Amino acid sequence: MSLWIAVLATSLGSYLLKLAGLSVPERLLDSPRVQRIAALLPVALLAALTAVQVWASGQTLALDARVAAFGFAVVALILRAPFLVVVIGAAAVAAAVRALG
Amino acid sequence: MSGEDFAEPAGWERTRSAVVRNALGVGVAVGAYGLSFGALATTSGLSIAQACALSILTFTGGSQFALVGVIGAGGSPAAGVASALLIGVRNAMYGLRLAPLLRVTGARRLLAAQLVLDESTAMAVAQDEDRAARLGFWSTGLAVFVCWNLATLVGAVGATALGDPEALGLDAAVGAAFLALLWPRLTGRGPWITALVAGAVALALTPHFPAGVPVLVAGLVAVTVGMRIPETPR
Repeated sequence: MSLWIAVLATSLGSYLLKLAGLSVPERLLDSPRVQRIAALLPVALLAALTAVQVWASGQTLALDARVAAFGFAVVALILRAPFLVVVIGAAAVAAAVRALG
Repeated sequence: MSGEDFAEPAGWERTRSAVVRNALGVGVAVGAYGLSFGALATTSGLSIAQACALSILTFTGGSQFALVGVIGAGGSPAAGVASALLIGVRNAMYGLRLAPLLRVTGARRLLAAQLVLDESTAMAVAQDEDRAARLGFWSTGLAVFVCWNLATLVGAVGATALGDPEALGLDAAVGAAFLALLWPRLTGRGPWITALVAGAVALALTPHFPAGVPVLVAGLVAVTVGMRIPETPR
């Protein structure tokens, strides 16, 4: 699958999900169970993506500058730093660790 | 504005300007995510055009970050698309809550669908009356659309001009971005356990499956676990 096909498939699928919510009869999706699954899906996927971004390098696990960046991000979020501060600060920490190492 | 405070429709006037002002504020705030998205998308191997197409057409942040995250980590585009769409399932739930407020049909519904987002939904359901909810939805949706797309372009062009992403630590910023998107959703025991299980399973599977697959499997396993945890009362 080429990148352009992935871009277009994601776009089409995302749009159909949005449109479905506005279009289907409410009782079809409006069960507490379905709502809970929909709320937990982003939590689960974002957590899995975070873990892989920080500790995986291809198919191997790695401990490198990204862990320091992750630590910075955790502290920044606990201190309620804005999104850009978290992201740019994490990049700066990783760059600094690499420059020193 | 202040001279009209005693005019008859002042209540609605005031509500209207407050809603529009908040919508613009949300739009500008979301621009920060757009900058990061544009930069990280091109760092992950997408072209500037692909980054911008995603922001115009997909236009739902979590899904866009997921697609470029999986591709940037060396995963297959198909695994990236699947992760992105699973994250987007929540937008269908938002649509359900919005439908009775917006009461849109035909072409307006087709247009409204593209603007169904975390932000536009939150602004609509927070209003006390229906017309304020409609204004909140449309003004927030449009403000976010404009800011998100401009910011994506600036971020993508900027990161391409900056050069070596690893020396700048941009690859490490992807994990921080995902964590920042996840953070506000960790609102109780269920979400926390779901998140920890997802992270652990993803890492446990990483050596054994091609990149992208562990994320998908971990996501589904973690949701199954999370569903078994009683909801914490708020």
